[in-house]
Amino acid sequence: MIVNIEKCMHCGACVGSCPQNAVYLNEIVLEFNEDCNRCGRCVRICPVGALKMEGKR
Amino acid sequence: MRTDYDIIVVGAGPAGSMTAKHAARKGARVLMIEKRQEIGAPLRCAEGVNRRGLEKAGVPVDRRWVSTDISGAKLVSPGGHVFRIDESQAGNEVGMVLERHLFDKAMAADAARAGAEIWLKTAAVDVIKEGERVVGVKARREGEPLRLTAGCVVAADGFESQVARWAGIDTSLKAGDITTCFQYRMTNLRTEPDYCEFIIGSVAPGGYIWIFPKGDDTANVGIGVLASKLEKPGEVKRYLDDWIRKDERLSCGQPLEALAGGVSVSPPVERSVMDGLILVGDSARIIDPITGGGIANGLLAGMHAGNVLGDCAQAKDFSEEAMMPYDKLWRDAMEDRLWRNWMAKEKFLTLSDSTLDAVIETLSTANVDKMSVHNILIAIKERHPELVREFEELI
Ligand SMILES: Cc1cc2nc3c(=O)[nH]c(=O)nc-3n(C[C@H](O)[C@H](O)[C@H](O)COP(=O)(O)OP(=O)(O)OC[C@H]3O[C@@H](n4cnc5c(N)ncnc54)[C@H](O)[C@@H]3O)c2cc1C
Ligand code: SF4
Ligand code: SF4
Repeated sequence: MIVNIEKCMHCGACVGSCPQNAVYLNEIVLEFNEDCNRCGRCVRICPVGALKMEGKR
Repeated sequence: MRTDYDIIVVGAGPAGSMTAKHAARKGARVLMIEKRQEIGAPLRCAEGVNRRGLEKAGVPVDRRWVSTDISGAKLVSPGGHVFRIDESQAGNEVGMVLERHLFDKAMAADAARAGAEIWLKTAAVDVIKEGERVVGVKARREGEPLRLTAGCVVAADGFESQVARWAGIDTSLKAGDITTCFQYRMTNLRTEPDYCEFIIGSVAPGGYIWIFPKGDDTANVGIGVLASKLEKPGEVKRYLDDWIRKDERLSCGQPLEALAGGVSVSPPVERSVMDGLILVGDSARIIDPITGGGIANGLLAGMHAGNVLGDCAQAKDFSEEAMMPYDKLWRDAMEDRLWRNWMAKEKFLTLSDSTLDAVIETLSTANVDKMSVHNILIAIKERHPELVREFEELI
């Protein structure tokens, strides 16, 4: 996952929405773990469009 | 440094602080950990709360954390019909807009005065289990890894709700039960300084735009959109920016603060306790699915959790069975309403802009003397029975 840190609001919406519990927000830094199955929900949910899936345009 | 407590509360929001306060008051050794460096900041809230919610949780109003007293609410339909509910109709349902930076700190201070310890910049990163029982958390305190053990861990980590999931309680949500939000605190506005406003319809699919006054010409102007209605990344902020540009009362304003966040609009969790773990607040998915408000429910659940945990600490028994009274207390207080409002939300989603116009128009001319979901449904039934047919059982 590519996080646009200049856009990210550190709001945790992606964390609580991830069905795999694969995102962790360490105060302001997002960490994605290997449980991510690339479902894309977090990308769609992010209110400011700060997330992009690697390998996708 | 002590690393063993009766109770470790993860998250110093309103729910966590209330739990910590009431448990500590009964003599339990309580540690509350918060991953941020400041309690109550950055803000993730529109800050509206009703007086009755505070009363029920035994929180006396302190003017220091009240930003603005509210005289009523305005519900605005897509076509511009306005349903005004003033305070006399709303009873204690309308209330005030808080200063949550200060409110959350005041709640945490009460916990501290009751004897709870608070550590900032301390994040839980996993739970520690022995068999099926939770016995503590793995944490990082200012970056240092740490094992903290406790009779009971309190999952008060808000919308993120990771602690419960690490422990094995599934709090994940379907897209139709998540609202994602974006908000500005704006100033130099021409909005009403004492009315909360809700704008519904396709301007905010599956959610609404809100304007909550913060004194004079300043207000929290925000939007929530249902995740299942989102198509492109970044849409939530765009929906709000589009609206602000079009609404003359807002387009003259300037932002002072921006924030985002997720809100569950789901039924509550099926399971709120297990051996050594208890869920309070947003992590238990107890936000009202219609209003998106979770402060009052979080405070009340926290109060009940703290009281039960205090007893458990005295009995040295944090089994699921010993903590079940908490499950019953919060369910008795709010579960029916949460389910009913979740069903109302599901229905709301099916309404087109033209139907919403008809409904709001009806309400603006009908005589609804006491504002409640129930009374609103009755008023609609009189003129548009077809709209409430599937809702008959709620009336
Ligand atoms: C945009 C928006 C607007 C809202 N508007 C309203 C409103 O007007 N009225 C209303 O009643 N409700 C509103 N809500 C909901 C309200 O904010 C929540 O219901 C309320 O804050 C819940 O309290 P809580 O204590 O459960 O969780 P929170 O207040 O979210 O607190 C959780 C705390 O846990 C901390 N934490 C999380 N994970 C960890 C970890 N791993 N380790 C340590 N600490 C951790 C977080 O940093 C946070 O401080 C809104 C929410 C949003 C997003
Ligand atoms: S949802 Fe978007 S803005 Fe919020 S923390 Fe995740 S990436 Fe950042
Ligand atoms: S793509 Fe899906 S599984 Fe991966 S982090 Fe995002 S929401 Fe979670």
